Amino acid sequence: MSDNERILKFHILRYNPQIKGDTPTMKTYEIKEAPGMTIFIALNEIREKYDPSIQFDFICRAGICGSCAMIINGQPDLACRTLTSKFPEGEIKLLPLPGFELIGDLSVNTGKFMRQMSERVESWIHDKYAENVDLCKLEERMDPDTADEIYELERCVECGCCVSACATKRMREGFLSAVGFMRLARYALDPRDKRSDEEFYEIMGDDDGVFGCMTLLGCQDYCPKDLPHQTQIAYLRRKMALIN
Amino acid sequence: MKVIYTDSLVIGGGLAGLRVAIASRQRGCDTIVLSLMPAKRSHSAAAQGGMQASLGASIKGEGDNEEVHFGDTVKGSDWGCDQDVARMFVNTAPKAIRQLTAWGVPWSRVRRGDREVVINGKKVTITEKSEAHGLITSRDFGGTKKWRTCFTSDGTGHTMLYAMDNKAIELGIPVHERKEAIALIHEDGVCHGAVVRDLVTGELIAYVAKATTIATGGYGRLYAVSTNAVISEGIGTAIALETGVATLGNMEAVQFHPTAIVPVGILTTEGCRGDGGLLLDKDGYRFMPDYEPDKKELASRDVVSRRMTEHIRKGKGVPSRYGDHLWLDITLLGKAHIDKNLREVKEICEYFLGIDPVKEYIPVRPTQHYSMGGVRTKATGESPTLKGLFSAGESACWDMHGFNRLGGNSVAETVVAGMIVGEYVADHCDNNSLNINTKLIEKFIRREENKIIKLLNRDTGENPFELKKEMQNIMMDKVGIFRNGADLEKAVEELKVLNQRARNIALRNRISTSNPELVEAIRVPKMIKLAQCVAYGAMLRTESRGAHAREDFPERNDKDWLKRTLTTWSSEDADLPEISYEDLNIMKMEMPPGSRGYGVDNTVHHPDTEKRVAEIEEIQAANPDADRFEMQELLNPIEIPEKFRGKNERIGRGFK
Repeated sequence: MSDNERILKFHILRYNPQIKGDTPTMKTYEIKEAPGMTIFIALNEIREKYDPSIQFDFICRAGICGSCAMIINGQPDLACRTLTSKFPEGEIKLLPLPGFELIGDLSVNTGKFMRQMSERVESWIHDKYAENVDLCKLEERMDPDTADEIYELERCVECGCCVSACATKRMREGFLSAVGFMRLARYALDPRDKRSDEEFYEIMGDDDGVFGCMTLLGCQDYCPKDLPHQTQIAYLRRKMALIN
Repeated sequence: MKVIYTDSLVIGGGLAGLRVAIASRQRGCDTIVLSLMPAKRSHSAAAQGGMQASLGASIKGEGDNEEVHFGDTVKGSDWGCDQDVARMFVNTAPKAIRQLTAWGVPWSRVRRGDREVVINGKKVTITEKSEAHGLITSRDFGGTKKWRTCFTSDGTGHTMLYAMDNKAIELGIPVHERKEAIALIHEDGVCHGAVVRDLVTGELIAYVAKATTIATGGYGRLYAVSTNAVISEGIGTAIALETGVATLGNMEAVQFHPTAIVPVGILTTEGCRGDGGLLLDKDGYRFMPDYEPDKKELASRDVVSRRMTEHIRKGKGVPSRYGDHLWLDITLLGKAHIDKNLREVKEICEYFLGIDPVKEYIPVRPTQHYSMGGVRTKATGESPTLKGLFSAGESACWDMHGFNRLGGNSVAETVVAGMIVGEYVADHCDNNSLNINTKLIEKFIRREENKIIKLLNRDTGENPFELKKEMQNIMMDKVGIFRNGADLEKAVEELKVLNQRARNIALRNRISTSNPELVEAIRVPKMIKLAQCVAYGAMLRTESRGAHAREDFPERNDKDWLKRTLTTWSSEDADLPEISYEDLNIMKMEMPPGSRGYGVDNTVHHPDTEKRVAEIEEIQAANPDADRFEMQELLNPIEIPEKFRGKNERIGRGFK
């Protein structure tokens, strides 16, 4: 934590689609840096002191919930855990995450996208007996390594960084994106999910699915949780290619 | 006027809310969930450490069962809990966790053979049994006799919430996002739904329902520094209070967690200490064994937080520009363990403190963490005074936590309460028809509309952000870990003044659509009312129980205070809540009041305690052949929905 007081310049995209005739503009706010300051702290200070209309989303402010992804000096990341001291020039440019419906300023509708993704990949355990499990009896056993491996793929927080960093998504509106592939890989690995490879093929075996990926791997570069997107996309492709 | 009709309206999309929604949907009720944001972003996701359920599969959990879990929970509550509810909870928790297993949670599992763990600062090898291999494992947590806390590495809440929301999506339950309930619609003691504001368009919508469930989490953000998410502002609890009919329970019961990082207050899980982490002072000295020789760092949370504060007051804290703190040392756990089981902690240390906890100590201090108080409910989850209003999870005072919650019992409560209350919500929907005059709906919509118009039209007045800050500082300074009469009186007076000032809020950004300042202006007066409930309740309760610690009344006083605080707010113009009490009936307790086993026992006992102890001994003597289930039936007969009544199986002992 630096004790040197700097004046930070925040350049922020301002646009409220709810206001008729409003047009997107960049606005600059200057605030004094504090030790350990994050973009979460800075944006709240800007809202409270200078401009109460500014919109952004934070919930856990601890890098856990995935609400606050935005473009920070050109790169998608979680704003809550980005320290202002990371930027030696003291200039920080904030844009809303592309690839999602804009709500206003830095707030985007990731919820709608993620719910549709979950419905599309049927993001749940498919087992017709699951509802009739006798809850009094011992749970079904699972190999401890398998459980750990599933958790590794389930650490996604649906922040949307992978979607915004994906060039394929920019070209194909309906592209499933890395978040969807990771979810599919998670269920494909889970022995409790009884879906066959053919059933997974129905979900992702086309150009809007895993075969559309141009392997530019912005998802891998910008995932705040360091999920293994590259490996999993390759794995799913191989698995799907073997079907035909 | 836009009106949406449903059977079961659930306000809040965290674990408890989703589980209630799933229950009512599965029973065939039309169900809608309202959420401030996408449900998967709820604060439930932040629970890193785990969920208590007495599965007893790990070798260190051997011998665990419902009785042991019950005992820990009641002791942890400092006998302030409702023992019927605690019983319902411990008996159902194993079923809840097994159901979540079927729904996809990748719980960490028992691995047969030797493994090295850290216990009391020393490396020890324990050997897991072959027959338990692949069952759900558990870790140690504070205030528990057995290793009972089941977990998914360090992302327990995350994986539970994802499984739960995915289940809700599978069932096609609509989650209406970016919607905030700002008032309940009610008449003649019946709740009919809520007035809801769309946070994007600003539109007011009436959601009319047979059953309305509040599951909006805790009110941690009444405090300046809290581990809670920024949305944990207690608004659901506040709209129940504002009916003037529903009651809140034990609002003064607020828990401080021992280990949040300094200064930002982000939590490092109790799993750090459960897995062997130590607390050190400025000299690098391990001080907890001096205060609590038995449980040391793993005493109950309220106890550890107070001991840390005492130690800092003795001048043993580490000075910093943000005030004194202590150290949490997990370096002795080793890199491999931290990378796997405490990774979120590691990430938090790296991003927010710039330190590596594998090599360096973590600066921590006790920080507001959990709200035991909330919407008072019966064991069914329904408000005793407002029919059709239910509550579950942290927003409720269902009352299994009394005056202090055990680590690992909160996410467990969310899913167990969700299961049980969800069944009663569905029963309610089956047995009642929607009967409401549209004039009533209009009255409530107009009332809220007028308030907003007034806010938007006022030219000068108070700044809502400033009012909130002042409130948070009052709570922090005067209604904190240690409390005393003089400070509490001041807090009550100062909050009263804030309440009056909050009637005169004016906005700089005067638009009715998406407007964060307007959101704040609607919430802050509600938050101040809740803060008043906490401070006033704390001032009147002249004893120390669980997390409510009075320096001027250090003893637990069962004789005068074995009772639950009930708070109502009868009129809009009032500037203080009304407080009354309901007695806890010792003669019905399965476990009569005793000592928690921390420090000196200076309890002022209630005359009934001795009587009940004698009565229980008689019952036991008269039924020498009764097994533990029969004994529970004799001492504490409870009602659980039919489908959750069966006995729970455990490895090595079957259904015994």
